Amino acid sequence: MAKIIVVTSGKGGVGKTTSSAAIGTGLALAGKKTVIVDFDIGLRNLDLIMGCERRVVYDFVNVINGEANLKQTLIKDKRVENLFILPASQTRDKDALTKEGVERVLNELSADFDFIICDSPAGIESGAMMALYFADEAVVVTNPEVSSVRDSDRILGMLSSKSRRAEQGLDGIKEHLLLTRYNPERVLKGEMLSVEDVKEILAIELVGVIPESQAVLNASNSGQPVILDEESDAGQAYLDTVKRLLGETVPFRFLTVERKGFIKRLFGG
Amino acid sequence: MSEHSLELKGSLFPLSVLHCSDLSISSLQSLLTAKLAQAPAFFYQAPIVINLQDNDSRPDFVALKQLFTELKLVLVGVTGANAEQKTAAQQAGLAVLQAGKASAAKATEPSAQTAPAAAVKPTQVVVQPQPMDSKIVEQNVRSGQQIYAKGADLIIKGAVGAGAEVIADGNIHIYGSLRGKAIAGASGDSSKRIYCYNMQAELVSIAGNYWLSHSLQGEFWGKPACIRWQGESLVISELV
Ligand SMILES: Nc1ncnc2c1ncn2[C@@H]1O[C@H](COP(=O)(O)OP(=O)(O)O)[C@@H](O)[C@H]1O
Ligand SMILES: [Mg+2]
Repeated sequence: MAKIIVVTSGKGGVGKTTSSAAIGTGLALAGKKTVIVDFDIGLRNLDLIMGCERRVVYDFVNVINGEANLKQTLIKDKRVENLFILPASQTRDKDALTKEGVERVLNELSADFDFIICDSPAGIESGAMMALYFADEAVVVTNPEVSSVRDSDRILGMLSSKSRRAEQGLDGIKEHLLLTRYNPERVLKGEMLSVEDVKEILAIELVGVIPESQAVLNASNSGQPVILDEESDAGQAYLDTVKRLLGETVPFRFLTVERKGFIKRLFGG
Repeated sequence: MSEHSLELKGSLFPLSVLHCSDLSISSLQSLLTAKLAQAPAFFYQAPIVINLQDNDSRPDFVALKQLFTELKLVLVGVTGANAEQKTAAQQAGLAVLQAGKASAAKATEPSAQTAPAAAVKPTQVVVQPQPMDSKIVEQNVRSGQQIYAKGADLIIKGAVGAGAEVIADGNIHIYGSLRGKAIAGASGDSSKRIYCYNMQAELVSIAGNYWLSHSLQGEFWGKPACIRWQGESLVISELV
């Protein structure tokens, strides 16, 4: 039985797809057989960030409609063992996903994988609801600004009322806060909320803080999940996050403004 | 006989007592409907006793029973009845209750034949309505969620997020931060209050009298506080 983790936020552009790709890859690196499912029907971003856009033949909607089976549709990552992608359709709209169809596909994946990562679309409409409905755990991606925190609060409400676990009266979805695009300098200037502010408002356990980083942009431009860039701050922060998801206790890094060393200052590093 | 025993013991129960000079069905129907609309949940299936002390008419108890049932009330009996009223009430299957000390002068014998088992030996009629229920929420109330405690107090263990709304006919207690809206005394009771551990509300209201966030952003902002209605305005005070 796989553990189903939804990566969600309410707000768009906060780093859900970046985080889905990084976390999914990180879990596979840790030896867990993992599939990342793109629920963002119509936009199809995940395959670009994973660098497998040219290998998409069939998609999630084809599988739901019985036009292809999972074996034909899943894309196996070429860099990391145990890692697969189930791409979204670019030509359909989000209503192509039905609850029964999604359930059937997730059940089938569940038999074969350790982790299913669901990359949610933005918003609180059917696509996002479908992505979170079957989840066991949720990674709530939040930027340190008021509107993103508000939308995350909204999504947390949905997780506790509109999910399968809520409807069936099971234990609630385990909620994790992932703060992304964190910029300690701007927090210091009072332009962004601090980790403590966001934790206080959302009142859920913090699983990771990913700094605002050029490495993320470089990674997505080259179709590499940033977690594979082990030298980078964002890559390391995602590695820490994955360890915490797997139950390890890891101290938080990249929370404070880095003092630039003499050499770096000299050469403007 | 086996060990299946039977016991009849006197007990005290809170009952609501209706005082009304005109017990004609049409008049009572409109008066009761208006009364119930103020707090529908509060009186839902409430046991009611009609006080006939200052009333010499001969009400149609069968029709009254029917009316109470339609209004989701339970008519259990009468009190302060004269001999004629007593007989009529008993024929309609109602208990004749002996009033408490307040009206001992006109009290009549309790009637064992027609009274429901629980009321075999009523020794006192308590005029107060039942204590208010409370609705307890164990988690945070998130943005976009709304919680209504109908006819009850509302107790929230967590926080009420910005864009969330908590409403109660009774008092509201919030043990976390209040960043959304809190509406107490929603059915019009201005004696109800709002308590919270950290006041950062978008709106607070008691019996329809409200304050928006900017009226709250003074000395109590971000602190434990209580909101109540006093005289003709809302008042905020510190929780100690
Ligand atoms: N930690 C980060 N530092 C810098 N840019 C980031 C970071 N995380 C995400 N981004 C950028 O933000 C944009 C939105 O990210 P994406 O993962 O597509 O968000 P979503 O899936 O929530 O819409 C992308 O351009 C991405 O490169
Ligand atoms: Mg996305």
